Amino acid sequence: MSATTASATAPDTRQPAPAVKKPDPARARRRRRLSQWGFIAPAVVFMVLFFGYPLVRNVLMSFQDYSPSTFFDGKAPFNGTDNWSKVFQDDLFGKALWHTIAFTVGSLIGQFGIGLALAVFFTKKFPLNGILRSLILLPWLVPMVVSGIVWRRILDQDTGVLNTFLDTLGMDGATPWLTSPGMALFSVILVNIWIGIPFNMVILYGGLQEIPKELYEAASLDGASAWRTFRSITLPLLKPVITVVLVLGFMSTVKILDLILALTDGGPADATQTLGTLTYQNSFVQLDFGAGAVVGNVLILISAVFAVFYLRANRSEGK
Amino acid sequence: MTAAHTPDGALLGRRGAGRRATVPLTVVFALVATAALAGCGQQRDDDVYTVLNSSTDDSYHSWDAATLARCSKQLGITIEQQSVPAAQVMTKSLRMASSKSLPDVIQFDASEMPTFAEAGGLTDLRTLGLSTRDIPQGIVDFGSYKGTYYGAARTVNTLALFYNKDILKKAGLDVPTTWDEMRRTAKELTRARQYGIALSAGGAEDGVFQFTPFMWSNGGDESNLGSKQVAEALDYWKGLIKDGSLSKSTVNWTQADVNDQFMAGNAAMMINGPWQVETLNTKKSLDWGIARIPVPETGDKSVGPLGGAILTVPNTGDTRREKTAAKIIRCMSSEKEQISYARNSWMVPANEKAADLWRKEVPELDALADQVATARSRTAKVGARWSSVSLALQSAFQSALTGQSSEAALQRAQQRATSGN
Repeated sequence: MSATTASATAPDTRQPAPAVKKPDPARARRRRRLSQWGFIAPAVVFMVLFFGYPLVRNVLMSFQDYSPSTFFDGKAPFNGTDNWSKVFQDDLFGKALWHTIAFTVGSLIGQFGIGLALAVFFTKKFPLNGILRSLILLPWLVPMVVSGIVWRRILDQDTGVLNTFLDTLGMDGATPWLTSPGMALFSVILVNIWIGIPFNMVILYGGLQEIPKELYEAASLDGASAWRTFRSITLPLLKPVITVVLVLGFMSTVKILDLILALTDGGPADATQTLGTLTYQNSFVQLDFGAGAVVGNVLILISAVFAVFYLRANRSEGK
Repeated sequence: MTAAHTPDGALLGRRGAGRRATVPLTVVFALVATAALAGCGQQRDDDVYTVLNSSTDDSYHSWDAATLARCSKQLGITIEQQSVPAAQVMTKSLRMASSKSLPDVIQFDASEMPTFAEAGGLTDLRTLGLSTRDIPQGIVDFGSYKGTYYGAARTVNTLALFYNKDILKKAGLDVPTTWDEMRRTAKELTRARQYGIALSAGGAEDGVFQFTPFMWSNGGDESNLGSKQVAEALDYWKGLIKDGSLSKSTVNWTQADVNDQFMAGNAAMMINGPWQVETLNTKKSLDWGIARIPVPETGDKSVGPLGGAILTVPNTGDTRREKTAAKIIRCMSSEKEQISYARNSWMVPANEKAADLWRKEVPELDALADQVATARSRTAKVGARWSSVSLALQSAFQSALTGQSSEAALQRAQQRATSGN
């Protein structure tokens, strides 16, 4: 209380001069605090309800024997680390983890590389620029499952458009895109790159627009080469945007499920099982919700580690 | 640099502003809270009953709607149909169980029923007054788990060999009846863009369903995937791929894809089920025939998988409603309704008398009715463990068809299936 009065007695030039009624400074402060909380509360409640609760439940569930009968009697006895050891002993987990890493890294490199190249390309002025740019957005507008189903047909070994096309070009059009375990992951990555390019391009293009034109003019007066200009002006000034694009890209890639279900269903011979499909399979096909929660937690952990790196990077940028 | 320093409370501190903001917020909270809570307590209407099924397909949905309309009239109640995709019936039902809002009747795929029954979710149909008179023992077992009759089938289906009559006639070949004949015929019919045979070895239940007739007819068994008989069946599939008579894409095909290939003329024969007939008949120029799935040696029994949905009464604890639910099932699976459903869906009526009548109507599907008579249910031996066995088996035949040895792949599958639960 003493602190309140002390600060209240201090001359406060920001407060409007007291009107006719004598204000109660403590009360005003309390009210102010209350309304501040009022603004924060919806966000806090939302986070607790829709992020905190599921997260805690998921962690708990991974230590429970959570089976179909749990839905009836509500009993899910804790079984220590049984679920964890079961999942980690399954060869499929190691495979899925490796596939997830390969899928994420491969997709990000492809999406980002091509997206950036296109973004730089579209900063040039040329006829039909606007129309072409909007056409490239199309893959983004198509629902993921639809893309998956269409690509499954395109990549069919015998009747697919792609192999038929390669055949007419004189190349041997018998590539087993989705039917060979050695090839399937690669094909799935290709499709995901195709899907991810527009998003990368749009954000990077926006970032490029923010870079002052004068810098480029100055560089050209100094006689800098195109590559040098790109490396010394475009890249460093684009860095904040690049971080955002990569982080968002990572988030949507690492948890991939729908695209793979539509393309290969995790096959052939588990060649495209990722942590996402493994969670799905454990929880909703085998109905072993404990094991599904374990894989889900691993996925959350990976994302969390990445999020820490992201926050670090952001903080050092703010300085 | 980025965060501008705002004068502390310069705006918020003014008396009115704060109150103006807090009041609407409280109201919003109250509204959200009531809306969230209202979702929990669903009141059941006394005369309205719900059937949960997977008839999301337009034609199936309307056939069921017609059946339910007739049953509503007969029983003097209102029966509503709720359809979700087949893969979601189980998870939806489980969610409904935990929120105490189970429907009155659930139509499960028979291979899923043991899981729900094991969890204590189903009611014995016999105690609710349903009889199994005139239903063949095989189909009663199909709807039973650990000796209790939980599910009444309206119609059942299985797999058979479909063949393109024109292609076989032109090549002067007979419909194969043994594995050797099928392999030879398929090889001879393979030319340019046309494969001899199409089947689904996809990484889901479809592929496993298609593998079972080969496994079982050869004496193999899902409770011992590592056996010689199962490996031989898988090697037979591998042989078809090696000959070039079966496309390598088979590992990525569902049964619907197989049907597309057959209709497009990319395959001379296919393994598939009667539910495709409706689609097959849309192509008038296609003259197809149907035969039993070939067996390893002449004289062996052709054992197909019994497929189809069964009607169950979930355990809600409300005996009065459960009794009415049983009446709904009795009406839906009456001879008359079975025949009408069979006519529409091309599947075989479960009731013997209804099946006899139906056979006379569609003599071209005789082979299918024969196959059903000897067909076997997937869950009879392994029960609720079926999903683990099925997943292990999918992975195994996909590995084998794409290069690995059948024995090694199946041995690993057996380990996975037993450690799975």
